[in-house]
Amino acid sequence: MSYPTDRKYTKEHEWISADGKIGITIHAQDSLGDIVFVELPKVGTELTSGKTFGTVESVKAVSDLYAPASGTVTEVNSELATSPEKVNKDAHAAWMIKIALKDPAELNGLLSAADYEKFVNEEAGH
Amino acid sequence: MSAAPTIPPDATKDAPKTARKTALNAVHRQMGAKMVEFNGWDMPVEYPAAIGCGIVNEHMAVRTGVGIFDVSHMGDIRLAGPGALDAVQHISMNDAAKLAIGQAQYSALLYPEGTFVDDVIVHRLGVDEYLLVINAGTREKDFSWVRDNTQPFDCLVENLSDDYTQIAIQGPKAVDLMEKLNDNFVDVPANGLNAPFQKLRIDADYKSLKFYWITQGRTMAMRGSDRLYDSGTLIGRTGYTAEDGFEIYISSDEAISAHVWYGLLEAGKEFGAVPCGLGARNTLRLEGKLPLYGHEISDTINVWEAGLDRWCKMEKPEFIGRAALEKARAEGLKRKLVGLEMIDRGIARDGYKVLDDGGREIGYVTSGSPGPFLKKNIALAYVPPSNAEIGSTVRVEVRGQGVKAQVVPTPFYKRPKKS
Repeated sequence: MSYPTDRKYTKEHEWISADGKIGITIHAQDSLGDIVFVELPKVGTELTSGKTFGTVESVKAVSDLYAPASGTVTEVNSELATSPEKVNKDAHAAWMIKIALKDPAELNGLLSAADYEKFVNEEAGH
Repeated sequence: MSAAPTIPPDATKDAPKTARKTALNAVHRQMGAKMVEFNGWDMPVEYPAAIGCGIVNEHMAVRTGVGIFDVSHMGDIRLAGPGALDAVQHISMNDAAKLAIGQAQYSALLYPEGTFVDDVIVHRLGVDEYLLVINAGTREKDFSWVRDNTQPFDCLVENLSDDYTQIAIQGPKAVDLMEKLNDNFVDVPANGLNAPFQKLRIDADYKSLKFYWITQGRTMAMRGSDRLYDSGTLIGRTGYTAEDGFEIYISSDEAISAHVWYGLLEAGKEFGAVPCGLGARNTLRLEGKLPLYGHEISDTINVWEAGLDRWCKMEKPEFIGRAALEKARAEGLKRKLVGLEMIDRGIARDGYKVLDDGGREIGYVTSGSPGPFLKKNIALAYVPPSNAEIGSTVRVEVRGQGVKAQVVPTPFYKRPKKS
């Protein structure tokens, strides 16, 4: 599978687009299975790169969400509160929060689509 | 499945070195199941979304159609001989004397303290022959317990756990599925693991087998016109899903096990049969309020606290744990197992604290999860009797926050009566 090139990726399987939208990857939702609950921060919350900002729950497990970059939450996707399964249906379209980036240069340290794909394949041992 | 699937080249790469495997392990990996270590066993937790599975789909298939489970990790202890009934009566809290040949009952093995060694299904196979089916994680502990505590009795005690592959067929369409294999050979597609078998038939009187009764069926497998396999098969109308269904015990030979597994899926296609893993097994039993050892029952919990009074026959003059239970009954309950339904947003999970409305810790969650059929987040928890009234509210601590929940009647789910 090839990952969209309009965004950057992390080893925790999150993506962040240039306009500050954050979500989890198709690989992540596939590993998690049916997603039943998404807990996200309120608008105005300050995020620090690498620190947890919320949780995503499948039937069996709770997984932390890690901020790919630092910034302030400007929007929260309220659809996911009632329809968390949208993340399974199209993880790359189901953005979770939007942040105003504190330092856009932080994105340079993240994985490109090609690097993320390589990382996923290595993890799986192919 | 169209073309014969091949086993992925690194199928065994992730298997923990020390984890045990059932005879169907290669089958689960061939189907692409997500594997997990459960009580020392390498087991499927769910099957791929690509074949219509995943915990939620598997759960719903069992509630509306039929699902197939590998439960071979469970253990089997056989007691046989003139003293077999007395032996069972000594170690088991239910009354095995009430069992006719071919009948089964839920029970538990207790410590002298009235707490649980394990829960068990006791099956009466013959005049002086009983089969105890026990949990996977407690196989060795239970066998030692049974052997040590039945020594004074004139009976043979055998650990047959490795001899059987045990498959559960569960759901309202379970009978329809088995009827397709009854007195009738079904073609089973070749998949590389069931060679040399091609056709499968499993005869039994499914329609008249009553709930919690067992029967001797017969499994036959053909290649062309050659009958290569023909063996008696123990079949019970039992299960752990709160649905109708069967559990069948076949040889733990890998080829026949794979053949029966794929044969059941093939025969069940028109009923929406899917393979089901431990994930759905847990959500199904939770909705039905069926206990899980290590959670609702354990060696620190007694029969009254767990609410299993119905299966504990105190009118039996003697069984291990009876004296302690008598004393505990007189002293009164200090905690009680209740059902909780989350009212506010949040999922209660195993081990989460239960708080009263004032935020004081009063108990803990033994098992908690979304209930896929009920579409509610449910849990079982131990709380003081004063907080156990139906309708009373408590809080469950979820990531540091107390989330409102209500005590509700259990079981959360009961299967509809057949009209």
